[in-house]
Amino acid sequence: MNKFLKIITKESAIVPFIAIVLGLIVGAIIMLIGGYDPILAYRSLLNKVFGNPYDFGETLTAITPLVFTGLSVAFAFRTGLFNIGAEGQYIMGMTGATFVGVNLHMPWYLHAPFAIIVGTLIGGIWGMIAGYLKAARGVNEVITTIMLNWIALHLANYTVNHFLLEPGKGRSYMIDPSAQVTIGWLSRLLDDARVHWGMFFALLCVVFFYVYLFRTKQGYELRVVGSNSDAAQYAGINVNKSIVKAMFISGAFAGMAGVFQVLGVFMNQAIAASPTGHGFDGIAVALLGGNNPVGVLFGAVLFGTLSYGAAGMSFGADVPPEIIRIVIGSVIFFVAAPGIIRWLMKRLSAKKRKGEVV
Amino acid sequence: MKKSTKIFTGIMLVASLALTACGAKNNTNNGASSPSASAPASPSASADNSGKGFKIAMVTDVGGVNDKSFNQGAWEGLKKLEADTGASVKYLESKEATNYLTNMNQFVRDKYNLTWGIGFLMGDAVKDAATKNPDAQLAIIDNVVDAPNVASITFAENEGSFLVGVVAGLTTKTNKIGFVGGIEIPVIKRFELGFVAGVKAVNPDAKVTVVYTGAFDKADLGKAAAASLYNDKNDIIFHAAGGTGNGVFNEAKERNKTAAADKKVWVIGVDKDQSIEFGDDVTLTSMLKRVDQAVYTVSKELIAGDFPAGKITVLGLKDDAVGLPDTSSKNVSKEILDKVEEYKQKIISGEITVPTAQ
Repeated sequence: MNKFLKIITKESAIVPFIAIVLGLIVGAIIMLIGGYDPILAYRSLLNKVFGNPYDFGETLTAITPLVFTGLSVAFAFRTGLFNIGAEGQYIMGMTGATFVGVNLHMPWYLHAPFAIIVGTLIGGIWGMIAGYLKAARGVNEVITTIMLNWIALHLANYTVNHFLLEPGKGRSYMIDPSAQVTIGWLSRLLDDARVHWGMFFALLCVVFFYVYLFRTKQGYELRVVGSNSDAAQYAGINVNKSIVKAMFISGAFAGMAGVFQVLGVFMNQAIAASPTGHGFDGIAVALLGGNNPVGVLFGAVLFGTLSYGAAGMSFGADVPPEIIRIVIGSVIFFVAAPGIIRWLMKRLSAKKRKGEVV
Repeated sequence: MKKSTKIFTGIMLVASLALTACGAKNNTNNGASSPSASAPASPSASADNSGKGFKIAMVTDVGGVNDKSFNQGAWEGLKKLEADTGASVKYLESKEATNYLTNMNQFVRDKYNLTWGIGFLMGDAVKDAATKNPDAQLAIIDNVVDAPNVASITFAENEGSFLVGVVAGLTTKTNKIGFVGGIEIPVIKRFELGFVAGVKAVNPDAKVTVVYTGAFDKADLGKAAAASLYNDKNDIIFHAAGGTGNGVFNEAKERNKTAAADKKVWVIGVDKDQSIEFGDDVTLTSMLKRVDQAVYTVSKELIAGDFPAGKITVLGLKDDAVGLPDTSSKNVSKEILDKVEEYKQKIISGEITVPTAQ
């Protein structure tokens, strides 16, 4: 019990929490200025998320890809890399899964796992390209991953257009039912919400992240490279190999996000004009979670809840979507600027101490 | 000491939030029934109130409600409906493709009389919502959904394009005319076929060069395509390419700045009166697609009790759903406009059949 209290009162846990509350308060002020009722809006948000089984299930579905992309960015961060390419790896994962789901025909116990593996591997390889370029040529991964995002987007559109297109639909054919990973009974329980096995995989990935990075030799090496690559080199760690490996794992996480969006939610891949944003949201989620696997999980829950519940604010309180984006933006702003919170906390505690003296 | 202050601060913040949330319970009821804040146009004195008690909503695709295109048009149509009939209207924006279905379901579950899915991309979501909720009434723009409770609204783009083809055929000095399309899908093919037929009807010697850029959001591709067409002595370009078409306008603008009066080049706009955005010096005319009119008319049919459920409605010249804007008279001579009117009557009466695409 004492240990638990210690964990939740640790500064690393308190700061994001206060940041969220401050963000919501700023959002409320903006809504007041705009002439909307913030309390009704937040109630509508909660109502949208927890109000009925259907929306609750859909919220879980909205959270799932964010856990994956959040882990992807956080994993890279831990190893000293800034993976802005989760978006591209996500798209490649989607494409791999769609290709297997549409073009190959197998019994279900092979089809779905094969689609998951292929999509995940392609996502990983997409991340590995940036890792290789960094290791072999010293190209900054920020630049290559951003470039690779666009290559992925257009490569995916090309693939869908030329190999998978259902004529006149602007999207691929539907994947075979044998490749789908929906959970029928849970879906029926939740009023036909599109729940799928991806969320359990996401939890497994959280565990994997922790065990691999903090409980194995390889993970230790990756972290050392992340903290100080020169020291790592001196200690006899193969830095280049570590960078490639880290980007592969990071890419695989992001790829899995795309895989489950296809196999569990859409069942097809649309020709996309622009990136979906899940990869970029992953950066915010990793930030919210302090690059810690459990933190990422909570970050994804918060982010997914806010963005899914946003429709509720629009529906229940007539808040226009622009203002909702300002609210979400201000929450991220405060989380991204922990210095403000620490300063505020210091001021508050200083004041209180003064008050006690008097 | 320090730690306890921190906990205290945290508790205070939670408590204050919780307390304000409790205090709000009283005013939930009036919030839901208040008219949409983003549509302040309350029923005017002239409203016939026939729509009182009707709840009609729309879901945008990822373009959002201010896309200067069909989503915006649809919302304008609904606002006009609110002003004219007193029906209550509402919209939800889709942030990403996963929201299409959940947003549709939000309205369906709230027992809205009619829910619109705006745009081709909403096809699968409307189909899904319609099959799972056979009692709900839905409608879709620009796509055909085969379900007994869905009204599918498409446009006869070929008829309107025929008329701008007439304008182009009679205006060209070089007898060379260009067409720039986005992606080669049936909708855009209808623009092309109608346009070519219109040009040939009045000017059999004119040559129409057709270019597809492969994208709706790449102004640079549109600019490049326009540059090569203008270099090749085409003096008028009709674009049906969304954002790609902005590049066509830019290229024309640059050329007209330096060109002699008799070497002026023209662009024919699409969907809306684009002379408003790009100016009369380059915009010859535009091919209007009145999404607002379509949404208004069909919603009104619902109120009158004859909703075209399960039917495909093709709106064309006879419904005033496609055609030329009034501002055309600035650049198009009276004789040509008379000719356009003549062809319009011929198409409506069935004397001329404009080729189309599926």
